[in-house]
Amino acid sequence: MARPARGTTVRWLAASALLAALLAFPFVFTRPFPRHVMISIFLYAMLAQAWNILAGYCGQISLGHAVFFGIGAYTSTLLVRHAALTPWLGMLAGAAVAGLVSQAIGFPVFRLRGHYFAIATIAVGEIVQTLFINWDWAGGARGLFVPLQRPDRFVHFQFHESKQNYYFVSLAFLALALGLARLLERSRAGYYFRAIREDQEAAASLGVDVTRYKQLAMGISAMLTALGGSFYAQYILFIDPESVFPLSLSILICLIAVLGGVGTLWGPLLGAAVLVPLSEGTRVLLGGGGKALDLLIYGGLIVVIAVVQPGGLIALLRRPWGRTS
Amino acid sequence: MTVEVLLQAAVSGLLMGFVYALIAAGLSLIFGLMEIVNFAHGEFLMLAMYTAFWSWALWRLDPLLSLPLSAAVLFLLGVLTYKGVIRWILEAPMLAQIFATFGLAVFLRSLAQFLWGVDFRLIQDPLVKGRVSLAGLYIGLPQLMASLACLAAFGFLYWFITRTETGLALQATAQDRQAASLMGIDTERMFALGWGIGAGCVGVAGSLLTTFFYIFPDVGGTFALLAYVAVALGGFGNVPATLAGGITVGLVEVLGGLLIAPAFKYAIVFLLYLVVVLWRPQGLFGKF
Repeated sequence: MARPARGTTVRWLAASALLAALLAFPFVFTRPFPRHVMISIFLYAMLAQAWNILAGYCGQISLGHAVFFGIGAYTSTLLVRHAALTPWLGMLAGAAVAGLVSQAIGFPVFRLRGHYFAIATIAVGEIVQTLFINWDWAGGARGLFVPLQRPDRFVHFQFHESKQNYYFVSLAFLALALGLARLLERSRAGYYFRAIREDQEAAASLGVDVTRYKQLAMGISAMLTALGGSFYAQYILFIDPESVFPLSLSILICLIAVLGGVGTLWGPLLGAAVLVPLSEGTRVLLGGGGKALDLLIYGGLIVVIAVVQPGGLIALLRRPWGRTS
Repeated sequence: MTVEVLLQAAVSGLLMGFVYALIAAGLSLIFGLMEIVNFAHGEFLMLAMYTAFWSWALWRLDPLLSLPLSAAVLFLLGVLTYKGVIRWILEAPMLAQIFATFGLAVFLRSLAQFLWGVDFRLIQDPLVKGRVSLAGLYIGLPQLMASLACLAAFGFLYWFITRTETGLALQATAQDRQAASLMGIDTERMFALGWGIGAGCVGVAGSLLTTFFYIFPDVGGTFALLAYVAVALGGFGNVPATLAGGITVGLVEVLGGLLIAPAFKYAIVFLLYLVVVLWRPQGLFGKF
C-alpha cells in the first residue's frame, strides 16, 4: 500500500509542474501562433472532456454534440447583436439554453440503446443544423459576425490585440471542465454514471434512477460544451451553421477523447495535446490548399489507436507505473 | 398542387428509394453479422463513384460497363477492411468499434481529397440518358435504370443469403457464431465475405449513381446518413426490411420536400427516424 502514496506525490508534482508551465507559457511565447495553438488545445480538450462526462463516464455515445456547441455560439452572439449583452452573461445564457435543449433531446433519445442512440444523436444534429440554415433572424446560411469592439475591453470579451487573455480564459474553462469531471469521479452521481455505463439493467435493479442520471450527465455535458461554443464565437468572431453545427465537429470532439482515453480525467487533454498541434502543424507546414493532409494523418491515427490501443494514449502512459484503474 | 405533381414526386422518391435500399442492405448485412455499424459506408460509396468516374475518364468505359469492376474493387476493399481493421476489434468495446470505422471514414475521405481535389466531377454523356414520358409522368432514364439495377442487385442479394449454401452459412454465423463454428462453418471466412458483399452493394449502387449525380470526396456523407436511417427504420441486421426502409426514406425525402419545404427534406427524414424509433426502438421489423 506504499506505492499508491508515492504515485500520488509524483502525480501532484507533475500536475503542479504542468500548471506552472502553462501559466508561464504566454510570457515565454509572445507570438500569436503558439498562443493560438495552445488556446485551441484548451478549447478542444474542454469540449472533449464535456463529451467524456456523458459518453466516457456514463456510456451514452453522443455523435451530436455540435448542437450544444452551436447553441452556445449562437445564443451569446445573438445576445451581443440584438441586446448588446456582454458575452460574459451571454455565455451563461447559452449554457442555460443548451442545458434546457439537452433535457428535451434526452427525454426521447435516452430510451434508445447502443447504435440506435448514437444514430439518433446524429439525426438530432442534422435537424438542428438545418433549422439554423433556414432561420433568417439568426443569420441563416450566411452566418453572423460578432461586432468587433475597439479597443479591446474586458467587458466585451475581446482580446485580439495579444490573445493573452483568450489564453487564460480558455485555460480557466479547461480547468473548470477537468474540475467538474474530477468532482464527478468521486461523487455519488459519478459512481451511478459508471454503473449505468457498465450495465444499465444491473444499475436499475440496484435502484439507480437510470434516466435521471443520464439526463444529469447530458445536462452537465451540454452546458460545458455550450461554454466552449460561446468562447469560439468570441474568439473567431464569425459563426455560421457550417462551422458550429457540423457532424464533423461532433465527431472531432469524440475523436479527441477517444484518442486520449475515454472515461479518464486526463485522456481528453492528452488527446487534444496530440491532435490539435498535429492538425495545426500539418496545416501550416504542408499548406492547406484543400489537400486535407492533416485529416488524412489523424484519420489513420484514430484507426490505429482504436485497433491497437482502444484505451487511448493514456493507457500507454499508465503502463510503466503499473496502474491499472 | 395537382395529383400529377404528387405522383411525379412519388415516382422519383420510389426510384431513389431502391438505390438507398441497396446501400442500406450492405450496411445491414455487416451489422447482422457482427453488430458493427460501418461508419465508413458513405466513403465506400464515394470510392465506388470514383472508380466509375476514373474508368470513364481513362478508358471511356460507361458506368454501366465498369459496374462489375466497381463491385469487384469494393468487394476487395471490404475484405481488406475486415482483414486489416475489423478483425482486430471484434471483441473491443463499442466505442473502439465506432471509432475504428469513423477513423477509416475520415482517412478515406481525406485521401480522396488529397488525390483528386475537392472539385465536383460529372460523367458526361452516359450511355443511358434523357427521360421518357409515361402516362403523363416524366421519368429520368438514368434514375430508372439505376433503381431497377439496384432492385435487381437487392433481389440477387436476398436470393444469395436465403437460398445458397454460402448464404445460409452467412446467416448461421450472424445468428450464433459459436454454433456455426461448431457446425464446421469457417466463421472468419464468413465475416470477410460479409464485408466483401456489404461493400460490393455500394460498389453497384455508387457506380449507378454516377450516371446522374456529381462525384466529390464528401458525396458519401448524405447517402450514408440516409442509409443509417433506412437500416434503423427497417431494424438493424434485417436485410429484407431495408427495402422497406430505403423506399420509405426515398418517398419521405421527396414528398416531404415537396409538401413542406425543399430545404427541410433531409431534416424531415431524420425526424421520421426519431419518431419511428421512439415508437419502436428496434425499428419497424427488428427484434429487440
